[in-house]
Amino acid sequence: MSENILREEEMIAFELRALYQKYGYLPYKMSKFEEYDLYARNKEFLEGARIVTFNDTDGKLLALKPDITLSIIKNDADDGAKRKVYYNENVYRASKKTGAFKELHQIGVECVGDVDLYDVYETVCLAAASLSKISDKFVLDVSHLGILTAVLQGLNGGKTFEKAAKRCLAEKNVHELKTLCENYGVPSEKLTALIGTYGAPKTTLEKLENVCESDEEKAALEELKTICALLETTKYADNIRLDFSVTGGGNYYDNIVFKGFIDGIGEGVLSGGRYDKLLARMGKKSGAIGFAVYLDLLEEIQTDRRETDVDVVVLYDESVSVEEVAKTVRKLIAEGNSVSAQKTESGLRCKRYVDIRGGKQC
Amino acid sequence: MLNIALPKGRLGEKVYAMFERAGYECPSIKENNRKLIFENAEKGVRYFWVKPSDVSIYVERGAADVGVCGKDILAEYAPDVYELLDFKTGVCRMAVAGPKDFYDDGQRTLKVATKFENCAKAFYAKKGRDIDIIKLNGSIEIAPILGLSDVIVDIVETGTTLKENNLDVIETVFPISARLIVNKASFKFKTAAVEDLTEKLRGMIEE
Repeated sequence: MSENILREEEMIAFELRALYQKYGYLPYKMSKFEEYDLYARNKEFLEGARIVTFNDTDGKLLALKPDITLSIIKNDADDGAKRKVYYNENVYRASKKTGAFKELHQIGVECVGDVDLYDVYETVCLAAASLSKISDKFVLDVSHLGILTAVLQGLNGGKTFEKAAKRCLAEKNVHELKTLCENYGVPSEKLTALIGTYGAPKTTLEKLENVCESDEEKAALEELKTICALLETTKYADNIRLDFSVTGGGNYYDNIVFKGFIDGIGEGVLSGGRYDKLLARMGKKSGAIGFAVYLDLLEEIQTDRRETDVDVVVLYDESVSVEEVAKTVRKLIAEGNSVSAQKTESGLRCKRYVDIRGGKQC
Repeated sequence: MLNIALPKGRLGEKVYAMFERAGYECPSIKENNRKLIFENAEKGVRYFWVKPSDVSIYVERGAADVGVCGKDILAEYAPDVYELLDFKTGVCRMAVAGPKDFYDDGQRTLKVATKFENCAKAFYAKKGRDIDIIKLNGSIEIAPILGLSDVIVDIVETGTTLKENNLDVIETVFPISARLIVNKASFKFKTAAVEDLTEKLRGMIEE
């Protein structure tokens, strides 16, 4: 197959599927519909995403899938066995920016079951590898919510405080965080230290030693250190940053979370993390970690803009026999051209015209 | 090169003066013409003037790396950006205002006229008050006078306009001032330049 037939995001999807299969992830194909009930029960995970719903022939309320993760884990047998799958699907949800429904192309992996540190490392590493397939200039921000959760619990400010504090962290908003802490009468030093602690893992981990004091904070830091040490041995070491502004959406993430950025694209193109809490809420004992790559965002860096639509436009009219048009087109294609037969210069951009109108050829 | 979106108008000019004092001057910006984009390659900055309510859009989508934007816009549109500084200038507040003798007895749906739909909804949702939002695009103050709404939620600076229309502030929703916002991806790839700019500007605020 000629490579230039595939669009850039199709090429990337192709490479990513090969990558995931290499690591033993199996393809997961699913229907475009799901019972609406699944999303109603897990509204928080979807962060209030608006969904396209419709009635099935038997009256049951269905939805066009706004998300893939929920469909994968709902079917998990919860038998302790580890399932590693990847998907390449379209999802449908209202865009936060425009409010209109959009079809979004996502590709991603999920590892569900008895998730351990190796799986966490493997998933983060695969996230970095996925970004590297898109561009050399990428950054993968990694955070451990266990540290943030322990710090917040230690401050004992209550749920409303925690939510507002997380928002300040996500915005790196020190000035509002200080005001918030003042209003709630809790010390702000640890949280502001977390906002200011970002960058290459080695230096950042050293700074974190001074922030993490309680047993819970230290345990989470140890996990983060182990993962970072492993990532340090990969070729993506220079692209990994620690950053506590990655807070994961909703309340389901409580461990490693990460977000990937590509130079030239204004928003994160990859996002993921460990979401054991979501399974716990479904009454399952399993753990889970995964990520999604938002392929539709890659249009912004598309470099394969063609200067012409076709190589040759063959111009013919009523005076030319169908056989003659067919012969001309076939000959040009055999010479390696892409050809469009037209009766007028229809606005197609081409390298040259072959005009056989009135029996002439030029 | 850092692309910087500034809000057209008085606030933008005031903030640009802070950028200038911080060492990010761009003399061509002071030329009296209709140009919208100004560059100083030596200092690594390119400024552009945009409508104040559009600054967050330019920054969120990455057309600008950093921008200066009022907290009112940030609260209303909640763009996914970093908010690194409070310039402590352009200070005003989002407030509920109504006729001088207005008393909300909570007996019926409160009609609220505003340009800031999301801010008003969030404020009253927290109180559990049932409201009817009337979205207007300007001259909000006349809505209660003509009986279109009971109250308004709007930006109040000195309160003069309110007074002239026989309205009073009932309560403050949140304080407003100009903020430095940064595109999240730009922060990853231009970290040193953004940090440098932020620190120098911080120095200007504390002066």
